[in-house]
Amino acid sequence: MIDLTIVIAGAAGQGIQTIGAILARTASEAGYAVFSWQEYESRIRGGSNSYRIRVSDISLNAPRARADIFIALDSSSKAKYRPLLKPEGIMVDEQETGDYAITVPFVHIAEEEFGNKLVANTVAAGALAAALSLELESLSAVIAAEFAGKSEEIIAKNQAAAAAGYQRAKRECECVCPWELPKQEQRGYFIGGNEALALGAAAAGCRFIAAYPMTPSTGIITFLAKHKEQLQIFTEQAEDEIAAINFAIGASYAGVRAMTATSGGGFALMVEGISLAGMTETPVVIVLGQRPAPATGLPTRTEQADLLFAINAGHGEFPKLVLAPADPKDAFYKIVRAFNLAEKYQTPAIVLSDQFLADSNFTITDFALGALKNSSYRADPTQITEYKRYQLTETGRSPLLVPGESAHLVCCDSDEHDEAGHITEDLQLRNRMVEKRLKKWALLKQEIMPPEGYLLAEADRILLSWGSSRNAVFETVERLREQGMRVGALHFTELWPLPAFSFPKADSFCTVESNATAQLERLLQSEYGVTVQKRISRYDGLPLDADYIMEAVKQW
Amino acid sequence: MVSIEEYRSDAENQWCPGCPNFGILKALKTALVELAKQPEELCLVSGIGQAAKLPHYLKCNFFNGLHGRALPVATAISVVNPELTTIVVTGDGDCYGEGGNHFLHACRRNPNITLIVHNNQIYGLTKGQASPTTDPGDKTRLQVEGVALQPLQPLAIAILQGCPFVARGFAGDVAQLTALLKEAIRFNGFSYVDVIQPCITWGTHPVRWYKERIYRLPEEYDPSQKESALQKAAEWGDRIPTGVLYRAVTPPRIFGEYFRMKIYAGKLTELGFPPQRVIAELLAGFGTVKMHEKE
Repeated sequence: MIDLTIVIAGAAGQGIQTIGAILARTASEAGYAVFSWQEYESRIRGGSNSYRIRVSDISLNAPRARADIFIALDSSSKAKYRPLLKPEGIMVDEQETGDYAITVPFVHIAEEEFGNKLVANTVAAGALAAALSLELESLSAVIAAEFAGKSEEIIAKNQAAAAAGYQRAKRECECVCPWELPKQEQRGYFIGGNEALALGAAAAGCRFIAAYPMTPSTGIITFLAKHKEQLQIFTEQAEDEIAAINFAIGASYAGVRAMTATSGGGFALMVEGISLAGMTETPVVIVLGQRPAPATGLPTRTEQADLLFAINAGHGEFPKLVLAPADPKDAFYKIVRAFNLAEKYQTPAIVLSDQFLADSNFTITDFALGALKNSSYRADPTQITEYKRYQLTETGRSPLLVPGESAHLVCCDSDEHDEAGHITEDLQLRNRMVEKRLKKWALLKQEIMPPEGYLLAEADRILLSWGSSRNAVFETVERLREQGMRVGALHFTELWPLPAFSFPKADSFCTVESNATAQLERLLQSEYGVTVQKRISRYDGLPLDADYIMEAVKQW
Repeated sequence: MVSIEEYRSDAENQWCPGCPNFGILKALKTALVELAKQPEELCLVSGIGQAAKLPHYLKCNFFNGLHGRALPVATAISVVNPELTTIVVTGDGDCYGEGGNHFLHACRRNPNITLIVHNNQIYGLTKGQASPTTDPGDKTRLQVEGVALQPLQPLAIAILQGCPFVARGFAGDVAQLTALLKEAIRFNGFSYVDVIQPCITWGTHPVRWYKERIYRLPEEYDPSQKESALQKAAEWGDRIPTGVLYRAVTPPRIFGEYFRMKIYAGKLTELGFPPQRVIAELLAGFGTVKMHEKE
């Protein structure tokens, strides 16, 4: 089985992303499942950042900490990330550094042969492609695609630079690099969480997005803005997150599916709007891309510490949906589900992502658009004689009409209101309206999918996890099983309301989460009365990976 | 033709008896009748405060949202459905205090909506605290030693920030206010009318104080000039002008115009679900070269 990890390190502005993108794409074109993730500092230039690529023959779609191949573009990054290199791993270095290293003077080649230091990146990308025995022809095609829009001269120069790095590394690699990556026929999509969420939203018929830029969620609105003509979606940068959610609520009231996207700090500002959507029964979708907090925290890194915040967001009591997708494919379908359920139950839906899911690229081999299910839950005005926006019904769901579409007037109020939408102080009616909203909550609960079990048969120990860590957790389970441990996993991607579900029996449960206070544990304890014996908490801003979990499991 | 009776709402009016808000409601209804707008063609958006209750008191579509947040809601409604006549009804606390940032940016954005601010220079519903427009030195239950902050200059701000239609009315001059509201509603772009509405319960000035100072701008006043408009906008104290202070000769592009010109000319509600082909095409962009060839 092929399972290689490449670490490309350098300062911001040095172009490690270009190298990473070219290499990832070339491996992808060769038919391999590629997974890439990035960790970077919150600055425009300098610092030490890394781009990690995992290449395998089957989709693993999870990070691995240790590197088989390592390249650093500056000395401080070299010092910082070199410990990640496995003892038998290979370092690609500008200077000769001894065994288990290949020397490719990429800066020197760029300056001497091409008279331009800027192509050093492409020389390095060529060297890495050679170390992996990828085809030069395929690398050239990827460079042409990556530099699309640039002049032919620039493309040719970069292709030549890549070839120079490739040839040099090929000689160096003989008898040193053990890897062979012959072409495979595997098809796949190489896609990130933000793009999948944006595409899913468009597929769900979202016609309006307003957002305020905030890492790591910004990629959603920028993707939609780039393709707005094709997707016929209205995009607007709001003056703040309060405006963003009120824009989305206004658009939804006016009759279209609408959304916003933000991170924890912006979400905090939106909380009042979430309550407004709950009270006015206006469907709206909010993507919350989590990052380490409190406050500004670590803006460019990852965490899962907003689970209980999202579930409890909004003053007062009203139904709310919280979904946390596991990967881009799941994100695509989950956001479609979020739009459908938000409209069906006329209430806010939150999709919990995080920097890891947002910024990583996954290889998805089975994206089936045919499985897409969209339904409109708006009422037909011609079927209604006397319209009341908040008509009391068996299900708590009142007919949802579009203002201006007919003579029926659509009246919504953030105050407690009567059936027609007017302010009321009738306290009996208040009770009925509270109960109406809670009826929807009970029905929504029945729509929620149970958690995904993995190797639960004969498992006497069970790992509990949620959101973007699924693949790392399942990989851990496989490795523990190989060691003879009878372990399984239960992974949650639909977190609120939690469905009626009978927990499997086990001797011991262990939560695995990217937060310090085991928020999932607290949730499961309160909803299912489950007692958890062990917690694995990661809160250093890096994603959960199987190596990390394996290490932590030793003390279980 | 619509009659004023068709706007009659059954909702119980919660305003204080004799409140000048009734004058604003009357002027608005009259303007709408004269413009022959049907109730279903209207969408009123409001936040919180006594002014924000107005949408309940006439028949129309409405969204009575949160304190300060009417403008973003209304802006979105206007781009989703440009056929609706979207009007924001708000107060000085709601629009200039809690929603100040949205007010600034609405001026920059130029949505095709009308903004009516009931400016009574006080917080009424919370029983008499200073608003952003309360005069310096005025004493309230909270500003016990008198207001120390400089008053906001909303009309001047609007003119400076690009709002193409800026007017001031008086709730006590229903005839002029009706004409101003008609002109504002007919205006293509962001039209803003600040209406002086003395608060008879918590106000720091009696109605007489306003009546003595307010005057209609003379017929020869030219609202196309920014400099003179700014002067009139800043005029407050001994004399307070009412009328259209500023009306841009060449208004900026209306918010959403690009979308209607380049992407879709109608209502966004007509678009429905996208054809799967469009999603498949974009998804294919993430596939490998081989996939492009196969599809």
